[in-house]
Amino acid sequence: MEKIYSNYQEQTGFNKVCPKTINFLLSYSQALYEFEYEDLSFETFLN
Amino acid sequence: MKLQIEDSELVRDYISGNEGALEVLINRHNQRITSFIYSKVLDRDITEDIFQDTFIKVIKTLKRGKYSEEGKFLPWVMRISHNLIIDHFRRNKRMPMFEGSDDFNIFSVIGDDKLNAEKQLIKDQIDSDLRVLVEELPDDQKEVLLMRIYKDMSFKEISENTGVSINTALGRMRYALINLRKIIEKNNIVLTS
Repeated sequence: MEKIYSNYQEQTGFNKVCPKTINFLLSYSQALYEFEYEDLSFETFLN
Repeated sequence: MKLQIEDSELVRDYISGNEGALEVLINRHNQRITSFIYSKVLDRDITEDIFQDTFIKVIKTLKRGKYSEEGKFLPWVMRISHNLIIDHFRRNKRMPMFEGSDDFNIFSVIGDDKLNAEKQLIKDQIDSDLRVLVEELPDDQKEVLLMRIYKDMSFKEISENTGVSINTALGRMRYALINLRKIIEKNNIVLTS
């Protein structure tokens, strides 16, 4: 019964996004570079 | 006793260039934010997308130095994800999404008109082969065939443009096709995909 219940929980809930999504965000953050020039803001991605 | 660094301190660290602080913030609030989004959209893939978009906004705001310390970090992130959830439903209302079931897949009924990459390559090859063959035709036949097939002109328009009667234009088209077939048969060319 306990096992069935935990399976059911697994199907209905979603608690954490996958590590791939987190890794993407961390890489995105590392690559993103914001700078301003004459009241204009620019964003660029550095490799 | 394990001391937990405050969100506000992690945010300051991140703004001053410590990328590791972002990882701590994401992992710390992953469960709360994911559960919140999933409770509204009830779809794992959409939850992942909205979570990702939420943190892209967070990252941009922090890097631009636009984040104000007045509010708390988590409620601010939740507000962003809440707005993105609303955007998602607004978009879906304009463009409802059909979800198939195990028994029925909508893509078995409707298809994409575009050819896949392989078929497109074959079609391009056939088109270019055909162009070479057309060049082998006598000029008067080639002219009529190009106008009819490639420029989609009617035989009336072709006759007006070439200064010949409609019957002559029709005859040239007929001979153009006959000659094309002859060249294809003679050279054993395969023009089908």
